Amino acid sequence: MNYHSKKLLKLNLAPWRMATVGGLLLAGLAVVTARAFYLQGLNTDYLQGKGDAVANRNLTLPAQRGQVTDRHGQLLAISTPVESLWARPGELKWTAAQQAQLAKVLGMPVSELSKKMARKTRGEFSVRRPVTPEQAVGIAAMGVPGLHLRREFRRYYPAGEVAAHVVGFTNVDDLGQEGVERAYQDWLAGREGQRQILRDRRGNTIRDLVPIKTAQLGGNLALSLDLNIQYLAHRELAAAIAKNKAKGGSVVVLDAKTGEILALANQPIFNPNNRRNYKPGPMRNRAVIDTFEPGSTIKPFVAAAVLERGLYHPESVIETPETWRVGAKLVRDVHPHPQMTVSEIIQKSSNVGAVKLAMSLTPQQYWEVLHRSGFGELPGSGFPGETAGRLRDASTWKPVEHATMAYGYGLSVSLLQLSRAYMAFANDGEVMPLSFLKREPQEIAGVRVFSPSVAREVRAMMESVTQEGGTGMRTRVPGYRVAGKTGTAHKLIDGRYAPDRYLSSFVGMAPASNPRLIIGVVIDEPSGGVYYGGSVAGPVFAQVMAASLRQLALPPDAPETATLMTQNALRAGGGA
Amino acid sequence: MSRLNVVLALLLMVCALALIQSQHRSRTYFVELERLKKQARVLDEQWGQLQLEQSTWANPARVDTLARTRLGLIAPPNDRVRIETLTAAP
Repeated sequence: MNYHSKKLLKLNLAPWRMATVGGLLLAGLAVVTARAFYLQGLNTDYLQGKGDAVANRNLTLPAQRGQVTDRHGQLLAISTPVESLWARPGELKWTAAQQAQLAKVLGMPVSELSKKMARKTRGEFSVRRPVTPEQAVGIAAMGVPGLHLRREFRRYYPAGEVAAHVVGFTNVDDLGQEGVERAYQDWLAGREGQRQILRDRRGNTIRDLVPIKTAQLGGNLALSLDLNIQYLAHRELAAAIAKNKAKGGSVVVLDAKTGEILALANQPIFNPNNRRNYKPGPMRNRAVIDTFEPGSTIKPFVAAAVLERGLYHPESVIETPETWRVGAKLVRDVHPHPQMTVSEIIQKSSNVGAVKLAMSLTPQQYWEVLHRSGFGELPGSGFPGETAGRLRDASTWKPVEHATMAYGYGLSVSLLQLSRAYMAFANDGEVMPLSFLKREPQEIAGVRVFSPSVAREVRAMMESVTQEGGTGMRTRVPGYRVAGKTGTAHKLIDGRYAPDRYLSSFVGMAPASNPRLIIGVVIDEPSGGVYYGGSVAGPVFAQVMAASLRQLALPPDAPETATLMTQNALRAGGGA
Repeated sequence: MSRLNVVLALLLMVCALALIQSQHRSRTYFVELERLKKQARVLDEQWGQLQLEQSTWANPARVDTLARTRLGLIAPPNDRVRIETLTAAP
């Protein structure tokens, strides 16, 4: 059917009306198109940005710093979220009443607060870092524009000063400053993640706009420390420092079989949870960073050197006059005996004897033994600031130095280094690499320093040190055989040896039949009347060793009668 | 031909409704997921704080002092200690 042909349906309109309506419609369309083009084409970036600002959020996913624990999982350092108060001075709008209230919540005088807030900074600054949870609630309730709370992680050290020197600490920005916190910063820190989300009007997250970049949490770290032994070492050291009125001191406990550092304590101490009073002195890990002249504790290495070359046997007899001249230097014995065996030289710590033994070697030969034992080399524990000590090249030694080197003057060592070197005697000649981290026994390969027979012979000599007639009788541990060596060295002050300032030391091991633990003790400037290594450092050794052996449940190796005798001797000896 | 169109149109309608439904469900699940994640974070933080608290209570220094003072404990003297050696059963 053709409608157009029907006359009745034919509209009879004036053409201008058609044109007007059509034109208006077209004009409307043109306006809409132009507007759309203006919004979509020209202004799109600006508008998109505005829209995104309302609905999209860029979130930073915080990466929690890893925990540090001891070898049994006891917590040494942990990060936990806290609130801190920040201010944007530009946006700050508040009344005097609110100011007073905030001061009350923070527990500070109003004047101090307003002085703090008067700071002319662009951007923002922290007012209190951190605030307590109760304070946070109070501040949030006030709702002052320009003041806001920010969530941050704060590091806590539950063991406090007991393990402070090893664990170290972080600064307010969570960067490791000292100790393990610094050494393993990268591992502990983790990496922040990023997330872009779409939010609805009520602030609910609707969906992720881009794939989430997950935060990489900081790795946890299990240290080689045993917190129980660490505490014992800390306690006994603190007691000895107080008793001997000493300036400082250190204790190192090593696992002779694995090279792990089971405890490392220093005095003076600091509290890592309190960052207000920053004093660098007490924060120093003396056992690793400071050096001292080892004194007589070097003598077992002299003995090992001469035994190794077959120059002497443990029972070879040596003439030991009271004094012995080397160049211009007169070497003197405190308790002279006309003749001694090599064993007795170690047992009674004879300087003359040690010098005569060392002089039977060339400087090069003696240097080589010391060098092999790790002196003058970094001990390799990975601790920040670890020292290599000082061992000069043999070609520069004068005869006098060759002689003094035999009783531990003219070279310097750290306590950690010295204890590590004693591992050679404890472990039948093999030194295990040191570690502050817990490790499995099978991962370790040792370095051979002495032959097993030499190591055992020297160990037997060191065992006589703790027996009747030795310098270390106060280092005995009931029930166990103990081997070790005492040391008493004059301190070098302004290039001269002070006649009345000493460093008393003892390094020993137990059970002597198959040593499991090595403990090194050094006490700096004891001024309580006694200063011999055996009397000052020795008892610390004995206490820590006895408690550690019990802690590790190691079977006693002393024959029953000997144990009884030792106990009786201890009782009879009392304070000897 | 026209019947096929009708069927297709109905099918399209069903698909569209299903899409709306699944979109909605995905949003609901997402919100739920977010909520649980937040809960996990809160629990994690609580766990950390509890660990902190536990290690503060169990601090050897504190245990030592308490054992000595409040409980009056002492380390056993050596003559009160007997060492038992286990012998392997035949």
